[in-house]
Amino acid sequence: MVRFEQVGLSYPAHGPGPLAPVLYDLSFSVPEGGFRWLVGASGAGKTSLLRLMYLAVRPSTGRLSLLEVDIGSARRRQLAGLRRRIGVVYQDFRLLPHLSAFDNVALPLRIDGRSEGQIRADVVEMLRWVGLSGKLDSPPETLSGGEQQRVAIARAVIARPRLLLADEPTGNLDEVQAERLLRLLQELSRLGTTVIVATHNRGLVSRHDAPSLRLDHGRLVC
Amino acid sequence: MARSPLRPRGFDDLGLQRALSDRLLPFLVAAMAFLAALALAGFFAAAQLARHWQQGAAASVTVQVPAPSAPAAGAGAAPATRLKRVLALLRKDPAIASARALSAAELNALLRPWLGAESRPLALPLPAVIAVSLAQPTASLAGLGAALGKAAPGTLIESHGVWAGRLTALAESLQASAAVALLVVTAVAVAVVAVATRSGLATRREAIEIVHGLGATDRYIAARFAARATRLALLGAIAGAAASLPVLLTLARVAAPFGRLEAPAAPLAIPTAGLPPLLWLALPLLPLAAAVIGYVTAQVTVHSWLRRLP
Ligand SMILES: Nc1ncnc2c1ncn2[C@@H]1O[C@H](COP(=O)(O)OP(=O)(O)O)[C@@H](O)[C@H]1O
Ligand SMILES: [Mg+2]
Repeated sequence: MVRFEQVGLSYPAHGPGPLAPVLYDLSFSVPEGGFRWLVGASGAGKTSLLRLMYLAVRPSTGRLSLLEVDIGSARRRQLAGLRRRIGVVYQDFRLLPHLSAFDNVALPLRIDGRSEGQIRADVVEMLRWVGLSGKLDSPPETLSGGEQQRVAIARAVIARPRLLLADEPTGNLDEVQAERLLRLLQELSRLGTTVIVATHNRGLVSRHDAPSLRLDHGRLVC
Repeated sequence: MARSPLRPRGFDDLGLQRALSDRLLPFLVAAMAFLAALALAGFFAAAQLARHWQQGAAASVTVQVPAPSAPAAGAGAAPATRLKRVLALLRKDPAIASARALSAAELNALLRPWLGAESRPLALPLPAVIAVSLAQPTASLAGLGAALGKAAPGTLIESHGVWAGRLTALAESLQASAAVALLVVTAVAVAVVAVATRSGLATRREAIEIVHGLGATDRYIAARFAARATRLALLGAIAGAAASLPVLLTLARVAAPFGRLEAPAAPLAIPTAGLPPLLWLALPLLPLAAAVIGYVTAQVTVHSWLRRLP
């Protein structure tokens, strides 16, 4: 499902000079339907590791395979197809500011070519579930941080992805909403979605027991 | 492409309505289409001129026979008028395709600009005028001149070849200039669409990255841009071509190359309002060409830009 073999990542340096390595020699795998916490201090490389998995960057060294596809040898079209099977909750949400909450959540379905009738029903149900029934037509700028985060979560799970990646998804949520989100993520995992959640919320991690990937200065410890 | 019908009409996920201006691009394309229409008109008018001089004037020769009804000089099988003898000699020559004496009415029509509209039969002793067309424009009548002069002294052969050749060369160079102008206009139109698309890509970069991250293919993203660029180019070119029409019609009324020469090129009586008939076919093709330029240029520009994304 997710398989890292001695993967390293370097960002191109700003200006002249050597590449800036941020991840070193990562080897691990997560089975289908697995749930993993991704923890580590700020700057440890959690977001960079997720970026590798949602195909925003390619590994600098090593082999990475996702959903049985080897990323190193995959074609562009194939990567686009993979991205449609991977749901992402970005740390900074990345909602489209000119679209309503409804259209933002509908976007993955429209890109996937689903029919409008099915989209309407699914999106309305999903926004109801995250408690935004009254805000279907609201553009993101009129929503609070927590509401925007819930739109981002709805968009990430609406297409029933096989791999769900969440970067600090509870940062703007209160305790009750965070617990609800965790139950959703665990439910998805039980239904077969592989879930990886980066967080520094120790309380959340201790309340929901699951294996952890712990990063320290770009290296995997345990 | 098969997926687009499922998208709600006007769903603008990339926010292109703001990025690809619906004023500047159509305006620039309209200006290009206007220039292209003028260049096209020039091209067809020059082509018509060249054809006219080549086919008409270059291959035609006028023969003037003074005192046409006087008996022909020299021995003949039967006595004949000078005109008849000259015609017979001309028709015998293999270099000559046809020879025809102009009727009195035709002569009057020719002279009317000089003598006024009251077409009273003239009492002046007019020479007969024979319109000759050559089998080839290059054929020489040098040998024939002496024979004609013997049969009808004072007969003049006036070949149009030399100045027709010069005018043809002029018309052809005008035609080449118009073709070059058309090419330049096309190149500028491509550049205009490419620049507009690139600036659209730059302003919508974040939205494109998000949609790309959600798994949109390059084709999906390029199709959004191409649809908008095609629409704007089409609208602009329709406006530009329409704006050129009054200008062209005025030119056709005022300037000779458009109007006067129309008759020989349009044997079927198609109403062309004085413009070259082919122009009426080419003008509606301008918006189509602009749409194709908009589509292809946007597709190529977006696809090459998208390679910077992983
Ligand atoms: N686009 C980038 N270019 C260069 N360096 C980056 C980039 N993104 C992150 N980094 C660096 O990589 C390291 C890890 O960052 P990040 O993955 O965001 O960590 P975390 O999410 O755990 O806080 C940091 O030192 C950060 O400065
Ligand atoms: Mg981070």
